[in-house]
Amino acid sequence: MDQVQSSQQLAELEAEFDRKIASGHVIEPKDWMPERYRKQLLRMMSQHAHSEVVGMLPEGNWLTRAPSLMRKAVLLAKIQDEAGHGLYIYSGAETLGTSRVEMNDQLLAGKAKYSSIFNYPSLNWADMGAIGWLVDGAAIVNQTVLAKCSYGPYARAMVRICKEENFHNKQGYQILARMMQGTPAQREMAQDSMNRWWWPSLMMFGPSDKDSPNSADLMKWKVKLHSNDDLRQRFIDRVVPQAEAIGLRIPDDKLKWNPTTRHYEFGEINWDEFNQVISGNGPCNRLRIKQRRDAHENGRWVREAAMAYAAKQNKRTKAA
Amino acid sequence: MSDSNNWPTWEVFTQKAQGAPHEHAGNVHAPDAELALLNARDVYSRRNEAISLWVVPTESIVASTPEDVGPFFDPANDKMYRSPNFYKTPDGIKQI
Ligand SMILES: [Fe+2]
Ligand SMILES: [Fe+2]
Repeated sequence: MDQVQSSQQLAELEAEFDRKIASGHVIEPKDWMPERYRKQLLRMMSQHAHSEVVGMLPEGNWLTRAPSLMRKAVLLAKIQDEAGHGLYIYSGAETLGTSRVEMNDQLLAGKAKYSSIFNYPSLNWADMGAIGWLVDGAAIVNQTVLAKCSYGPYARAMVRICKEENFHNKQGYQILARMMQGTPAQREMAQDSMNRWWWPSLMMFGPSDKDSPNSADLMKWKVKLHSNDDLRQRFIDRVVPQAEAIGLRIPDDKLKWNPTTRHYEFGEINWDEFNQVISGNGPCNRLRIKQRRDAHENGRWVREAAMAYAAKQNKRTKAA
Repeated sequence: MSDSNNWPTWEVFTQKAQGAPHEHAGNVHAPDAELALLNARDVYSRRNEAISLWVVPTESIVASTPEDVGPFFDPANDKMYRSPNFYKTPDGIKQI
């Protein structure tokens, strides 16, 4: 790939690549791929990995205030899974030629994107329920589809992640279900959390496809298999009955079941808010980057000690 | 802000059950073999997915290349006589 290719060679390679994709071939790191395919995947995978990592922060906020030791252990295990998800996806993204250190630097420099949802604050314990149920629930819908995408390392990371997400989803739902059986104050807290997380969860699927600049290419390359709107609808259809089952109200007056289409109809999403949040003006954007930087700086001595130890051991084996 | 040194990667192989082969699971970054094993455990076996782990420096892996796939594997292509289906048995013989 280093040598300059003639435009005819390039066109042949691209035609061959398109044929492979069309026939359901899975692309592996050493296969030839169009530069734009590599770039789009790197963009998506690094954003996805960053989201897993930044996603630990709103939940980390409640670790020391979990209502019981059991809840604390569960939350800790869930957060540890998210760290693992970040690592699987960074590892997959590295196969595209950018190191994890570079990706992390971009995140710390505030130049990288991650899911807009994590720029909202976690204000009460019920938020641990809403995050697991709604935020991880939306992620599951996305990730189940990505597990069939055309890039092998991404697809395999998603398979691994999907196996772990059901736990995240269920522990969250159970938190809210229990609160809805509790005192009026507990039920109110659960509903408040629902009210705050519902719309941002719908925004997680991204803008409507007509406003989504990369959609056409990504669909052609089977990086995306369904439109943002289709996945959002799938999520809503799945979640509304779950909310009703535990007595939570969906904060959308326009929400109603359409027996003909067999889908729920829903109200307008506030895309202005979405655009504000992704362009850095959400409630917690600055806080999240600061928290990541602090974590990175506070871990520096550990990384340095580990390197020093490895170097010393190395010297010893060589001397022996 | 950044660290000048990127920890090297190690390929991780997990054995799922006693008697099963070790299979490639993914990789981890680690400064040395000892930490590579610990990281591999934390990343690839949080739910008892493995009863044994191997970690191998990624740079030690030698791999075939996709461009050579045809010529590299074609010694196997013209040896149909390696398959039991290549042989016809006389009518009436059921078990061979
Ligand atoms: Fe995750
Ligand atoms: Fe999750």
